[in-house]
Amino acid sequence: MRLEPRDHVSLAMAIAGPILAVLAAMAICSLLILWSGSSITEAYVLLFKGALGSRFAISETLTRTTVLILTGLAAAVAFRAKLWNIGGEGQLYMGACAATMLGTGFLEWSPYLLVPTLFLAGALAGGLLLLVPTLLKTHLKVDEVVTTLLLNFIILLLVNYLVFGPWKDPMAMGWPQAAPIIDQGLLPILLAKTRLHAGFLVALASAFGIWVLMRFTVWGYEIRAVGANPEAARFAGVPVNRTIIRTALISGGLAGMAGVCELIGLKGYLTLDLSPGFGYTGIVVAMLAGLHPLGVILSAFFVAVVFNGADSMSRALSVSNYIAEVITAVSLLTVLVSMLLTRYRIRWK
Amino acid sequence: MSRTIVMSLNKISKHFGPLLANNAIDLELAEGEVLALLGENGAGQTTLMNILFGHYVADEGSVTVFDQELPPGKPRAAIEAGVGMVHQHFTLADNLTVLENIILGTEPLWGVTQHMRAALAKLDRLSQEFGLTVDPKAQVKDLSVGEMQRVEILKALYRNARILIMDEPTAVLTPPEVESLFATLRQLLKRGLAVVFISHKLAEVMAISDRVAVLRNGKVVLQAETTQTSREALAEAMVGREIPEPKRTPQEAGEILLSLDQVTVFGTQHKRLLDQANLTLRAGEIVGIAGVSGHGQAQLADLLSGLQKPDEGRLTLRGAGEIIPKPSTMIRYGIGRIVEDRIGLGLIGDMTITENLASESYRDKKFSNFGFLRFNVLKEHARQLIEDFDVRCPGVAAQVRKLSGGNMQKLILARVLSKKPIVILAHQPTWGLDVGATAYVHSQLLEARQRGAGVLLISEDLDELLQLCDRIQVIYHGRLSESLDPENISLQELGLLMSGHQTTAPKAA
Repeated sequence: MRLEPRDHVSLAMAIAGPILAVLAAMAICSLLILWSGSSITEAYVLLFKGALGSRFAISETLTRTTVLILTGLAAAVAFRAKLWNIGGEGQLYMGACAATMLGTGFLEWSPYLLVPTLFLAGALAGGLLLLVPTLLKTHLKVDEVVTTLLLNFIILLLVNYLVFGPWKDPMAMGWPQAAPIIDQGLLPILLAKTRLHAGFLVALASAFGIWVLMRFTVWGYEIRAVGANPEAARFAGVPVNRTIIRTALISGGLAGMAGVCELIGLKGYLTLDLSPGFGYTGIVVAMLAGLHPLGVILSAFFVAVVFNGADSMSRALSVSNYIAEVITAVSLLTVLVSMLLTRYRIRWK
Repeated sequence: MSRTIVMSLNKISKHFGPLLANNAIDLELAEGEVLALLGENGAGQTTLMNILFGHYVADEGSVTVFDQELPPGKPRAAIEAGVGMVHQHFTLADNLTVLENIILGTEPLWGVTQHMRAALAKLDRLSQEFGLTVDPKAQVKDLSVGEMQRVEILKALYRNARILIMDEPTAVLTPPEVESLFATLRQLLKRGLAVVFISHKLAEVMAISDRVAVLRNGKVVLQAETTQTSREALAEAMVGREIPEPKRTPQEAGEILLSLDQVTVFGTQHKRLLDQANLTLRAGEIVGIAGVSGHGQAQLADLLSGLQKPDEGRLTLRGAGEIIPKPSTMIRYGIGRIVEDRIGLGLIGDMTITENLASESYRDKKFSNFGFLRFNVLKEHARQLIEDFDVRCPGVAAQVRKLSGGNMQKLILARVLSKKPIVILAHQPTWGLDVGATAYVHSQLLEARQRGAGVLLISEDLDELLQLCDRIQVIYHGRLSESLDPENISLQELGLLMSGHQTTAPKAA
C-alpha cells in the first residue's frame, strides 16, 4: 500500500472531506452509544436538539462558540509559525486576571472606554505571558511545548491563590471568587433573555482580522514563511526571531481576549472554573480547521454543538456526557485522515 | 564471441495516471558488458529499475534473469536471482562496521558468531578476487566516499550478485576515485559479471560502457555500441533536440567587487572549516571553487549567503567596506545567492511561486504598502519572471513543492538574477539538473558575467568549472589554493590538488 500525491484537489473534494470525516467520527462513536444501551438515532437526535433545537439552545451554543473561536485562533496563529503554544489555558486566565484587576473598580470609565481597555489589558497580559517561553525558545532553544504547558499549572495556582487570598470577595459568602466586574465593564447581551453576549461579534471580527493579517499583510507573509521553512525564511532575510515573538504576542493576546470575553460577557467575576479547558480545546478547534482563521469559526461551532448537545443528551439518556470529548477527539483523527486523503490517493500494491 | 544474455527486459510498460513512464522497453544485458542507461531526470530509468526490483508491477512485459522469469512485485526475487543494486545515496548504517553492514539482513537468528566468521572468510575471498580492499572492522562513518561505494559493491557481491546495477555511481566521487571505480568495474567484467550503469554524464558513459541505451519520455530512443556513437549524438538523443553549449568569450576582469582576507571559520572542537581563506572576485569574471564535498564549500557559501560570520579575517565588499554577513545585509548590497539546497534553503516548498519570487523583496515599496502586500503587483511580477526565465508551471499560484528540480532552479535564478546582482554566489547550480536545464543555467551565469557581475561558482563538476571559469581555486581542508588557469590545467592535476597533493600547475595571472 502506498500513497501517491494527487495532482489536483477539487473544491468539492476539499469541502466534502471534513464533512465526511465528521460523519465517520459520529459513526465510530455510535458504537459507544450502543454499548451504553441507548438507541443511536435517539442519541444523535437529542444531541442536535440539545444544541440547536430552540432559540435558547442555539444561543448557548453560540456563547460557547465565542470563547472557542478565540482560543482556536490563538492556537491556529501560533501553529502556523510552528510555535507550539499549548499554554492557551494559562493565557486565558491571565487575560481574565488583568481584566479583573482593572475592571472591578480600579477604573471607573464609561463602557465605551472601559470595555476596550479591558480587552486590551487582557490581550497584553496573555501576550506577555507567552512572551516568556517564546524568548526562551528563540534565544536559548528551550522547548516551548514543555514551558507553555507547565505555565498553565502555574497560572492556575496563581489564580487559586488570588481568589482564595488577596482578591477574595468578602461579599461572596465565603465562595472563592474575586469581586464582580463593575457594570460599565460588562459586555451587552445580543439576544434578550439569553446569555449570548457581544463577545461573539468580537470573536467573529477577530477571526476575520486574523484572516486578513495572515493572507494579505507583510506580517502574515512572514509568519507563514517562518512556519513553512524557518531556514529558508532566514536565508531570504525574514527576521525570524522577531516574527516568532510577534506571533507569540498575537497568539497569547487572542487567548487573553478569550479570558476577558468569558469574564465580562458571561461570568462577571473571576473564579477557578472560568474555563473548563477552553485553552486546550482551542488546539483541537485549530487543528480541525486546518489552522485556517475562517475555518476556526466553523470548527469552533461544531465543537460547541457537540459539547452542548452531549450535555443535554446525557441528561435524557444513559450516555455519559464524556461522549462529547470522544466525538471531538475522534473527529480530530478522522479529519486528519481526510486531509491526508484529499492530498494523496491510496494505491494498493 | 557469442553473447550470453544474462538479463532481458521484454516490452515493459508502466502507466502512472496519464503519464506513460515506461513505453514498451526492450533491453538486453550480456555477460561481461557494461550497458549505460542514459536519460534526463524523469526519462524513466528509476521506474524501470523499480520494476526490475519488484517495487512496482509493470502494466505489461516481463523481466528474465538467467533464463528465469522474475515474478512481478517480489523485491527479493531479483536479489535472489543475482541482481545487485548500488544506490546513488548509500544505504549504509554509519555506526556499524563494514562487515556488519555487509551481512545486515542475512544473519540467522541463532549462531551469529559462527555466521560472522564465515562471512569474514567470504568477504576476504571476495575482496582479494576483485581487488576491493576495505578494512572489514572499520566503522562506516570513518570511510571515505569512495570506500563506502566499495562497501556497497561488496555488499552486492556478498549476496552473490552477477548483475550489478549502479545508479549515478560517480556523482559523489573525485576524478581519481572515478578512475579506481572504473578499474574495479573492469575486474568485475573480467570475471563475467554484467553492469548496468545509469548516468547522465556523457564523458563517463563514453569511457566505461560497451553499449548505450538512451531513454527519453519512457522510450528507448537510441541503442548503440559505444564506439559507434558520439557525445553529441547521445546528448541530442537524450534531450530530443540540439543543445547549444554556451561558450565563454574572453573579456578583461574589472575592479575588485568582493574579497576574503584570511577568513577562518571554526566548527565544533575548534576544527578549522575554513582556514585563512583568501579570495578576490572581480567584475566580469567567474571564479570557480573546486573540491571534494565537505572541505569547506558549505562554509564559504554560507559566508556569502550571510548565514555565517567569519571567526577571523575580513569580508570586504566594494562600496561597503568590511561587512558582517547577515542575509538581509547581503541582499541589500546586491549579492545574488544561488544555494545548493534548493528546497531546504533556497525556496519555501509549501508557498506559491508568487510568494517565493517575492521572498527577498516583499518589503520593497514596490511590493508592499502600509504593511499590506500588493498582491496584484506581486502576481504580475511573478508572471513576468516565469515567462522571462521559462519556468514551466501550472500558474503563479502553484506550490513550489510540485515543480521539477530544473524548474525550481529556474525559479531561484529568476528571483536572483532579475535583481541584477553585482556579485553572484552559485553553489552547485546544476546539481541534479538535466542537460537542457544545465545549459540554461550556464548561459545565464555567462550572461551575468558579460554584463559585469562577478560570479563565485562552487561546484563538484569539474567539466562545468573548466568550461565556465576564468580562474579556479581548489579547496582542501578549508584552505584555498592559488588561482589556477583553467586553460592550462588538466583534470588529473585538479584531481590531485583536490586530494591534497601539491602540483606544479601553472598559476593564473
